[in-house]
Amino acid sequence: MGANNHHESFPWKHVVGFVLSLVLTFAALWVALSSGLTAKAIIGVIVIFAIIQASLQLFMFMHMTESDSGKIQTINMAYAFFIAIVVVAGSVWTMSFVL
Amino acid sequence: MKWSEFFVTGEPLIYAADVAIVLTIIGIVFVLTYFKKWKWLWDEWLTTVDHKKIGIMYIICAVLMLFRGGVDALLMRAQLTAPNMKFLDAQHYNEIFTTHGTIMILFMAMPFIIGLMNVVVPLQIGARDVAYPYLNALSFWLFFFGAMLFNISFVIGGSPDAGWTAYFPLASNEFSPGVGNNYYAVALQISGIGTLMTGINFLVTILKMRAPGMTLMRMPMFTWTVLITCVIIIFAFPVLTVALALMTFDRLFDTQFFTMANGGMSMLWANLFWIWGHPEVYIVILPSFGIFSEIVSTFARKRLFGYKAMVGSIVGIAFLSFIVWVHHFFTMGAGPAVNSFFSITTMAIAIPTGVKVFNWLFTLRKGKIRFTTAMLWALAFIPNFVIGGVTGVMLAMAAADYQYHNSYFLIAHFHYVLIAGTVFACFAGLHYWYPKMFGHLLNERLGKWTFWLFMIGFNVCFFPMYFLGLMGMTRRMYTYSAGLGWTPLNVVATIGAALMGIGFIVLCYNIYYSARYGERDMTGDPWDGRTLEWATASPPAHYNFPITPEVTDLDAYWVMKKNGNGLEVKEEQLKPIHMPSNSGRPFLISIAFFFAGFGLVFKWFTLAIIAAIFIILGLILRSFDDDDGYYISVDEIKRTERLARKGA
Ligand code: HEM
Ligand SMILES: [Cu+2]
Repeated sequence: MGANNHHESFPWKHVVGFVLSLVLTFAALWVALSSGLTAKAIIGVIVIFAIIQASLQLFMFMHMTESDSGKIQTINMAYAFFIAIVVVAGSVWTMSFVL
Repeated sequence: MKWSEFFVTGEPLIYAADVAIVLTIIGIVFVLTYFKKWKWLWDEWLTTVDHKKIGIMYIICAVLMLFRGGVDALLMRAQLTAPNMKFLDAQHYNEIFTTHGTIMILFMAMPFIIGLMNVVVPLQIGARDVAYPYLNALSFWLFFFGAMLFNISFVIGGSPDAGWTAYFPLASNEFSPGVGNNYYAVALQISGIGTLMTGINFLVTILKMRAPGMTLMRMPMFTWTVLITCVIIIFAFPVLTVALALMTFDRLFDTQFFTMANGGMSMLWANLFWIWGHPEVYIVILPSFGIFSEIVSTFARKRLFGYKAMVGSIVGIAFLSFIVWVHHFFTMGAGPAVNSFFSITTMAIAIPTGVKVFNWLFTLRKGKIRFTTAMLWALAFIPNFVIGGVTGVMLAMAAADYQYHNSYFLIAHFHYVLIAGTVFACFAGLHYWYPKMFGHLLNERLGKWTFWLFMIGFNVCFFPMYFLGLMGMTRRMYTYSAGLGWTPLNVVATIGAALMGIGFIVLCYNIYYSARYGERDMTGDPWDGRTLEWATASPPAHYNFPITPEVTDLDAYWVMKKNGNGLEVKEEQLKPIHMPSNSGRPFLISIAFFFAGFGLVFKWFTLAIIAAIFIILGLILRSFDDDDGYYISVDEIKRTERLARKGA
């Protein structure tokens, strides 16, 4: 299913998504190179930027919610995020007593 | 490596096994040649992509593995019957409990369940095959050759001996030299890839290929449980894949992920293993719940009580199954915060499980119950499984678990849930769907013999183990001294195990007896069933349904029978049916996997690389394959359908 299937005249969504992605990328670059924050803070900020950008792309470009299986896709992805966090954060937490 | 190291030597039992293996191979080759069956084997089975045949092959392998794992079990019980027995030495005992556990979970329970879901799920949703039939064949053959690789270890090179959990540092090169644990790492990896693909395949099949009108909330309960199981497989198996890969690197290339020295973290293995391992036990129990749901509602002649609550509770169990894994190592030392959290999540699992138990009981209430063999297994499941669940909740209390952990109490717990849950379900499902698979019923009289022998034997074998555990007997000990007072209960347990063995033999005899004398199923609906698989002939035509059924309600076939519509095939509505072509490639690629695996086990990297090239070649050939399948003509469908109805 291409973007043509939508009944909009101008692909606003794509433009907005594209501009926001650019902004977030450069913002991350700036934070990392010349913000002068501590290393920990830099990592925190760019991770947040990355999450925002990833979800932006899922909604704006990959039309996660729009196909007829949109609901299933969304649930699936949310669950995948949940499992990923459980596995990584859970392991770190459980194993912290040997670290 | 010397030949005397390549083959396992020095044990009379092993020599006997060598002889048996050679004789069996000669026997099989002889029979196939004498009856000119090689071509039949290749055309009908080795190259098939038909979900029903693949399912049958899964089940045959599972029964063979049940035999192998069962022999292991009987050897262990023989050794433990009396104190200070000299039947097995410590090393041999270690190898046997390792292969027993690994085989029973991964090569018996999983393929039995996957076999049943292969046979049943496409039929239940009114589909003609799974979404990816070629991939399905590949899944099966990868499982098969993974299992074969694991099984030859005891005569070639030596068995793994660090337990089915393969904990580090015991499983490292330092403490387990030899190739045994290489077999574990590589064979599980190969069959694990197959399982992962099965998960994807059935998820897509169920989501995309249901008959028109079958909304998610009109799906049969077994199909629901398989759907959720697939989700668990897809999210849990990658963790095993990665953990096994790290283990393989540690063992073959001397990396230090799980070793004691050089910054390795041996306990991380236990963590990763159980992140997969706990969901894994739900992978084998959820479809079992589905099987029991189908059987209970069919033989109580009632719609399943609380369908929505059932669906909700399996979703809840799937969610919880990923956040409880630490209960397998409360004693490792993670501290009170971690242990309390996982203790509570573990106990919470008992809630949705309890909901399901009450739903089965309410389905039975005021039902017109028919006590068939399948139903007996389902009825016995409920109290036995509850014993397993309740003791599970006892284990879930972290502080108390310091006492129970790794004792025979734990052994009894997980056998009560795995045998009374999964194995009973496999037997129940086998009896229930046998006519669908083979066109004849299993004998009920012999079936009931198996049921009583096995069910009583099971309780006689495992109930005493709860008390042995409380008396201090720990798991995996190969012998004990007379003064401990454990002897009487151990004798009882061994008697129970023997009864289970006899029950299994009666089951095998039943399969033979029923093939010769069993009642043929002419109707396709021997149990007055409720779901769509009973709308087809027994066994179903290659294409399953001549016309895709329309579903208007839950228990689709039951509703059709009641309203008397949608049952007969109107010949003018027939259209040519598109079916996938057979392919020998999944079989051949999997053989290449076998040799690649074998090469890795022995660090014969030339062999491994050559075999890997064949694997890649197979993948390349597949991507240039433009065989889109073929059409079955309307004439042929008419002929098949008339023939099937003449039988009726
Ligand atoms: C009410 C539900 C359940 C609870 C609360 C529960 C709890 C537990 C706990 C706490 C342990 C670890 C005990 C220890 O190592 O000291 C355990 C072990 C185990 N459970 Fe369960 N369990 C439940 C259901 C099941 C089910 C349904 C299955 C499989 C079908 C299962 C299979 C196992 C296995 C295989 C082990 C031991 C593995 C090993 O150490 O080798 N459990 N269970
Ligand atoms: Cu568990």
